[in-house]
Order: sequence, then structure tokens, then C-alpha cells
Amino acid sequence: MSEPSALAIEGLSFSYGNHKALDDINFNIQAGECTILLGPNGAGKSTLFSLITHLYDTRQGRIELCGFDIKQQSRLALAKLGVVFQQTTLDMDLTVDQNLRYHTALHGMSRKLATERIQQELERLNMFDRRFEKVRQLNGGHKRRVEIARALLHKPSLLLLDEPTVGLDVPSRKNIVDYVHRLAAEENIAVLWASHLMDEIYPNDHLIVLHKGIIKANDTVDEVLQQTDVATVNEAFSRLTQGQPI
Amino acid sequence: MSFLHYWRAMSGIVGRELWRFVTQRERFISALVRPLVWLFVFAAGFRAALGLAISPPYETYILYEVYITPGLCGMIQLFNGMQSSLSMVYDREMGSMRTLLVCPLPRWFLLLSKLLAGTAVSVLQVYVFLAIARAYDINIPLMGYGYVLPALLLSGLMLGALGLLLSSFIKQLENFAGVMNFVIFPMFFMSTALYPLWKIKESSALLYNLAQYNPFSQAVELTRFALYGQFNLHACIYTLIAFIVFMTAAIIGYNPSKGMMMKKKGGE
Repeated sequence: MSEPSALAIEGLSFSYGNHKALDDINFNIQAGECTILLGPNGAGKSTLFSLITHLYDTRQGRIELCGFDIKQQSRLALAKLGVVFQQTTLDMDLTVDQNLRYHTALHGMSRKLATERIQQELERLNMFDRRFEKVRQLNGGHKRRVEIARALLHKPSLLLLDEPTVGLDVPSRKNIVDYVHRLAAEENIAVLWASHLMDEIYPNDHLIVLHKGIIKANDTVDEVLQQTDVATVNEAFSRLTQGQPI
Repeated sequence: MSFLHYWRAMSGIVGRELWRFVTQRERFISALVRPLVWLFVFAAGFRAALGLAISPPYETYILYEVYITPGLCGMIQLFNGMQSSLSMVYDREMGSMRTLLVCPLPRWFLLLSKLLAGTAVSVLQVYVFLAIARAYDINIPLMGYGYVLPALLLSGLMLGALGLLLSSFIKQLENFAGVMNFVIFPMFFMSTALYPLWKIKESSALLYNLAQYNPFSQAVELTRFALYGQFNLHACIYTLIAFIVFMTAAIIGYNPSKGMMMKKKGGE
């Protein structure tokens, strides 16, 4: 039997009252694949993320993480998920180490395992020496690195990132984009990255363009360029969203 | 999902809250200043104006300061319960509530852990307050400090659950100020915290009824009796029922399919 997709979304629709925020969304993400979710403001990205993280309940359609239904088997599904939210969700008055230990406690890890994982993830992001510093003392880029480390502590199969580079300078941004792409390739993690920055998209990435709650494109970057008959992702996006700025 | 997982998660949530509380010195001090001002200033001023007849659990005439001490313990817990829920509204606005809600544990358990964390902080505050009150000659039987612990836990849970329920309804921090005025002050003043029921009855039958059915009154009475080594069964059952009702409503409020979360549209 083949391995289930890291994320499988089938016939997903969602409304706020009469306003349809998502309309018949279907896509899959496989292990090791980096998928970029592009969409202008109001496209439905945040709603989609709220549904995948089970903050909202799925009413129409189906979301599965590694074969576990988010509605029926939410705990098993959530155990497979690592999330980096758009806003910083670290406790500023606690140290990096305390923040990460809190996360390991929520995932039921023993102290020994937590220590190992924290060291492993922070070392990969060159943050291990700063583990006893208060988060408040870190710059934006370093805070983001800590959040990525936190999202990976419990070894998730799917990493969800909601515009994680907003407000960062160019070198910090590049650093994070490179790191996450490497993670997908080397650690076989599936990545779903909501973004509005074209330079965060690599040629091998999978691209989903969401516009007014509808998927306008869902393919590799090359395929999307061919389908829209343009040379750059920027142009393709513009064509698919009728010129709406991202 | 093992018992160990639940235990570690709950310890993590409670430990984090306690650590935050002791390291935030301003919060610690301001939590104590409020009841101490009431004790040192308000009660001292009212001592002459209010005559209190002997009524259980007191076996002799008491000073007004002694009477309002359990009420001020309740005040600490009431403010703390509301403050924890305020921090939950803040956490939700800032997104850190999401990190809690996406961990692989049942939501009721996460909310209960959060509630226990807030209660632990409030109990700590009450004990520090009682220690200062003792230095001020509010002498409570030594055993009372032990007996009062379960009473404080139950009343802290009940008031925290009420705060939790309110936080599930409130969309933004700005709306919270209004709720504070409509919940904290009426609850506190229409209770037995500052004046005994019979005294309220003398002035207004309506107020008497409101105070009698106010769950905060029952929490205060439970604490008052426990401080003197007595068990007030009626207050205990009333507080317990209020806790169950508030907690159940809060869990429904935070349920992704049934509650208010659905009505709080996230930013796109």
C-alpha cells in the first residue's frame, strides 16, 4: 500500500455566513515536497490554515494529515503537524530554552528527549549558544528561527508556515527560505508555505494560486508558467488573479 | 496518548504560568496592593461605621477587617480569574493561543490546564495576602490555612472558568474593559465579601436575593468557613455547580464546530 499524502484536501468549502471563503479546494502534498501557497489578501489563505490546524471545524469536504482525518482523528493528525504562525507566538519574557521546553511538554516529551531535540534543532539553525537568552533580546530573524526550531521539535511530517518572513530583512529572509527548502529535501518533510513574495519560490517548488477562495493553479512552477504562457511567476500570478496585486 | 503525556502537558502549562507570575514583579505587587488597600484603608475606615453581630463561622464579635479578609481573598481570585481570561484574549489576538490549541491534546484538557494554571497563581497570591494580613493582626487559626486550600482551589476554578467563558465570547481586548465593569464590580459589590447577608437584607430585599444567588458570595462563604476550620456544604455544592456550568459553557465556546471560535473570523 502506498504511503498516504502528508496533506490531502478534498472538496473543501467554507463560508462565513453568506460569504464563501473557500470553494471546493482540492490538493495533495507529498513528503519532501515544498508547496508555496500564493494568494492576495482575502484569498482564503488564513481560513485554509485555520481549517488545517483545526482551529475551525471542517463542515464541507475533508482534510487528512498523513491519512488521519483532522475532524475525526484530530489528535493523531495534529501530532503530525508543525506550524509557524504569521505572528510571533513566542513568550517574550521567557528564554529560548523555556519556550521550546514548553512546546516539548505539550507534546508529551520526556526531559531527556526534549534536551536532545532542542539541541539538535537549535544547532541546525545556529541558535544553540543563545538558548538561555530571553526571546525579547533576539532580532526578528532569530525569533523566526526559534519558531521554526519549535515547530520541528516533535518531528512533524508536515510543516505549515504562514508568511513567516514578513517584516524580516533580506539576508534573514533568504536564510529562512533556504533552510526550509533544505529541510524538505533532506528531511523528507512536506512543507506548505503561504507567501506573497515571489523570490521565496524555487523552480522545483509546487505552486498553488488561491484567489477569492478558488484554486486558480496547482502544479509545478514550470507547468504553471507554461499553462499561463508567461515567463515569470509574477506575471503568471497577475494573469491568474486578473491583475490583483499580491 | 498516554497518561504521561497529559501529565507533562499540564505540568508545562501550570509551570509556565507560575514562572511568569513570579518573574513579573509588577504583576505580583499589583495583585497584592489592591486587597491590601482595601484591608488597610477601607476596612479601617469602616470599622467604626459597621457593627457586626456574631454569626457563623465566628464565635465572638469580630473587627470589620477580620470580616472582609475572606472577601478580599475572593477579590484576589476574582481579579485573577478575569486577568487570566484577559491574557487569553490577548494570547488569541497575538496568536500564541493557537500554539496551545494545535497541540495534540483534547481541547477541554488544554482549557482545564490553563484554568488550573491561573488558579495556582491565585492561590499563591491569596497565601501571600494572608501572611501580610496576619502581620496586621488578622489572626486566623493556624489549621485554617490548611483547610482553606481546597476551598481556594474550588473558588479559583469557578471564577477562572467564568473568565474563560467570557474570553470565549470576547473578540477583542477593547471589549474586555466593558465586561470587567459589568462582571467584576457587580459580582464583588453584590456579594457577602464586604457585608453579611443579614446586613444587606436590612437595606434591600432585591440586593439580598442577588447577593444570595451570586456564585461569588458562595465562593467567599466557602473560604470564610474553611478559614475557621468549618465546612459549608451549601456553599461548596453551589460553587461546584457554578464551576461545572461555567466550564462546560467555556468548552463549548472554544469548540471549533459549536462555539464562538467560528464566529471570530480570522484575518485573511
